[in-house]
Amino acid sequence: MSEVKLFFGPQHPGMHGNASVHLYVEGDTVKKARLVPGMLHRGFEKSMENHTWMGNVALIPRVCVAEPDINEMVFAQGVEAIAEIDIPERAHYIRMIIMEMTRILAHMMSLGAISSPTGLYTVNHWMQADRNDMMDIFEEITGHRVYHMYIVPGGVRRELPPGIEKRILDYFTEFERRIPEYQALVFENPTILARLKDNILLPAEVVWELGVTGIGMRSAVGKPYDVRKVTPYARYDQVEFEVPVATYSDAYTRSIFKVIEIKESIRIIRQAFDMMPDGKVNVKMAAGNALKWTVPKGQTYSAVESARGEFGYYIVSDGKTQPYRIAVRGASFPQGFLGVERYMPGVRLDDAPLWYDTMGVCTPEIDR
Amino acid sequence: MEIKKDLFSPLKAWKYAFKTPVSFPMEDIKDRPRESQDNARGFHINDLSKCIGCGACAEICPTEAIVMVKRKDLEEKEGEHPERPTMDYGRCCFCAMCVDICTSGSLKMSKAYVLNTPDPQKLYVMPEESFPAPGGDILGYDKTPESDLLDLKRAEMPAVAGAQAKKSFVEILKGYSMEQARAEAARCIGCEICVKTCPANMHIPEYIDAVWQGDLAEGLAQMYKTNPLPGICGSICTHKCETVCAIGKRGEPVAIRWLKRYIVDNAPEAMYEEVLMAPVSKPGQGRVAVVGGGAAGLSASYYLRTMGYQVDLYEAKPLVGGVARYGVPAYRLPDERLNKDVELLEKIGVKFLVNTKVGQDITLDALHDQYDAVFLASGLPQSRALKLENGDHPDVRYAMPFLAAARDYQRGAGEMPDVAEKAVVIGGGNVAFDVARTILRLQQKKYGHSHVSLVSLETRDILPADLEEIEEGEAEGLHCHCGFGPQGIELFQGKIRGLNTVKCLSVFDEQRNFCPVFDPEQKGMIEGSQVYVAVGQMNEHTYFTPEHLERIALKGGKVQVDDWGQVKGAPWLFAGGDIVHGPDMIHGIADGHKAARGIDVYLQSRSETA
Repeated sequence: MSEVKLFFGPQHPGMHGNASVHLYVEGDTVKKARLVPGMLHRGFEKSMENHTWMGNVALIPRVCVAEPDINEMVFAQGVEAIAEIDIPERAHYIRMIIMEMTRILAHMMSLGAISSPTGLYTVNHWMQADRNDMMDIFEEITGHRVYHMYIVPGGVRRELPPGIEKRILDYFTEFERRIPEYQALVFENPTILARLKDNILLPAEVVWELGVTGIGMRSAVGKPYDVRKVTPYARYDQVEFEVPVATYSDAYTRSIFKVIEIKESIRIIRQAFDMMPDGKVNVKMAAGNALKWTVPKGQTYSAVESARGEFGYYIVSDGKTQPYRIAVRGASFPQGFLGVERYMPGVRLDDAPLWYDTMGVCTPEIDR
Repeated sequence: MEIKKDLFSPLKAWKYAFKTPVSFPMEDIKDRPRESQDNARGFHINDLSKCIGCGACAEICPTEAIVMVKRKDLEEKEGEHPERPTMDYGRCCFCAMCVDICTSGSLKMSKAYVLNTPDPQKLYVMPEESFPAPGGDILGYDKTPESDLLDLKRAEMPAVAGAQAKKSFVEILKGYSMEQARAEAARCIGCEICVKTCPANMHIPEYIDAVWQGDLAEGLAQMYKTNPLPGICGSICTHKCETVCAIGKRGEPVAIRWLKRYIVDNAPEAMYEEVLMAPVSKPGQGRVAVVGGGAAGLSASYYLRTMGYQVDLYEAKPLVGGVARYGVPAYRLPDERLNKDVELLEKIGVKFLVNTKVGQDITLDALHDQYDAVFLASGLPQSRALKLENGDHPDVRYAMPFLAAARDYQRGAGEMPDVAEKAVVIGGGNVAFDVARTILRLQQKKYGHSHVSLVSLETRDILPADLEEIEEGEAEGLHCHCGFGPQGIELFQGKIRGLNTVKCLSVFDEQRNFCPVFDPEQKGMIEGSQVYVAVGQMNEHTYFTPEHLERIALKGGKVQVDDWGQVKGAPWLFAGGDIVHGPDMIHGIADGHKAARGIDVYLQSRSETA
């Protein structure tokens, strides 16, 4: 049987973002996969060098569309580390709430993305409907639905609006009530289970070889490697939460982990609201107005746990109003770049989008 | 069991038939567009009458979506640019940093963020009070104190406390350290609104930026382009720039004056020589006499000399400096800083002819014969008289002679003026406060305690003196009686007992003309055995002969000149400073600069025609 070349993305319902994979298929099986990056490439890292420290806050969320706040957080943390700024206690808790909310958004997105490869679009509709409500909450807090630009060096941009605590907690009470429905729809559904269980394996050796982190790593090697636990940032050392681990990583495990993480995130948000002190929400990053904010000479690596794994920025400052260099460690870079070429071959053609989704790939993180 | 469950499970789906669907029908989206949240960052709205066109929004915009566009219907006026921001929504990312940095607080965002149009021009707009889209008239995002991207508070200036300050004539403000100066300079957004308002059009954003960069040499060069007396201005300028400063719209204006002083205080002598002693490429031919060693005269001398002219400066007093030398007390402007400015003039070759009063020691006509052009800037050396009952009593003193004597005493060149234990000062301007605070210090020295009352027509909120003068004066124990008019001096056994006052109801009439209205019922007396009058200064045109006055126009004592300082009726004569514009240091400096250029043009055109 002869080999057929198929284009998976950039225009494909199963593709995350504007990437393309050229699939060389024999029969139903992928024989060779070639990632074609660059569809989204806007030179983020280079652009960051041409923006002021504050101006970058408007640029960096674009490095991951589904989960933009991680960028703001690593950037803010890194700048604070170089400039040795202590931010107010309240800002830490607000940041934690925002970070967990955005993690839930990202997990909803990727759970919803199971729908198109499996043909059950209801999953996506439900997830997007819930995301919509959550994005309304984000709009009330930050002013925008997708690119929040809320976490800034020195704290957060503004105080939480009045009454937002009740709105968020009510939302989660309602959302928790629906989780069993989602589980019934997805994880007790034989048509989906048949596609997820014992399919698209991620062995521990591959994790070590590629450097996969996040859910992929935790589900494969049985170690709770989570940046929130290993090097706690914000106030993650003050709250209680579990990190699920397993030693057998198939598409099912990785997906059900997302549900468990959503529940843990809700737990963290509730604790954060209980523990959050009153007070200021930010301090000025430097003297003067934002056009003239400088960061002293120095460099740092700052990392957070994103929905897909360890997400980090390496920031170098030469003491000017703009960064000297910022390098991004995209959480999905290992599996999304090398992993696609090396380990996607062998899966069935219809599982290729599922591979892409459950491995946790966010294309802009690769194309940066 | 499993089979049974699998068999019936599709039935579970039926319950969703009775639930509200999570998706919206298309009709709903069309007929009832979703309303955004309270905080939404939608299309911009801008209160055009409040906007000052400073361009901070365009400066910070990370996507360069904002362009400042000149509006023809707006006039050039002080405190604003006739420009307003335009938004290119093809570029805008709705980050709202423009809103957060807006100096006037006019730029906000509406709740509208849906605009479907086939016309791309509709996405390139100058925001007005509302945006033409659903929700465009509802306020969405506005800045809060936390999200403000400006620094509204000044870097603190170290100063001597009031009680300590009145014990000596040591300068009160200690000056910025490098950290403080850089922090203060970092508050400037570089909008250049100040440049337009400064009479000398100083390159303010440029030298502030130089301070911020730590480049004092650049700062010095920028200052001397338009002002050769930065030391004087850094201490006692009336800082019209700070009055219009864009940051001052919502916070404390940038301390432009103190930053200028920081450069002067910290630039070493060698830097002065390196930066400012450049040879003239094409020296001008001619000799110019400058009459008066005040701000205007010094300024004109500097620029004429840098153009290569031979400059002789005639000064009636033993030292040049004018009011800065013989009026302003040392606690505001010490001699050292003044000398730094003056020494540079000597170094570049301006010849000072002191103790030579034009009109007395040498006539104006003699100057006309000896020189190619004459610049007249004799200033206002006399105090304006006040008609009062018993006003001719010897213990009634006038501000200008008193300040000059006190200043001579401060530099060790004269006797201590005799001050009484209790004194009354009449006047509400900076000069009155200078007099009052000088008396405070002299009393403190002589008696160990002090008592000075200041009487002014204006109430405290409309006092013409600078606010810092009033506050510092009060901190030093000055008794201010604001809103009272002097009526007469009460004598007792040939000595002054006090000043009779009457309540002043209003100072100006509806046309803003000086026309005080008094309430004769509310009378009072303020005790004091000396009365000092500081109600304005007067010129002393002793050098004008009747022949001059036939040709030269004087209006209210002010010499009438054209834009370049050339006196109408006498082309060889230029005038500037207080005798033209009334008392103001920076105006004098600007006049000097203008006249120098005017003289240059005049002399060059003359040599061409000759």
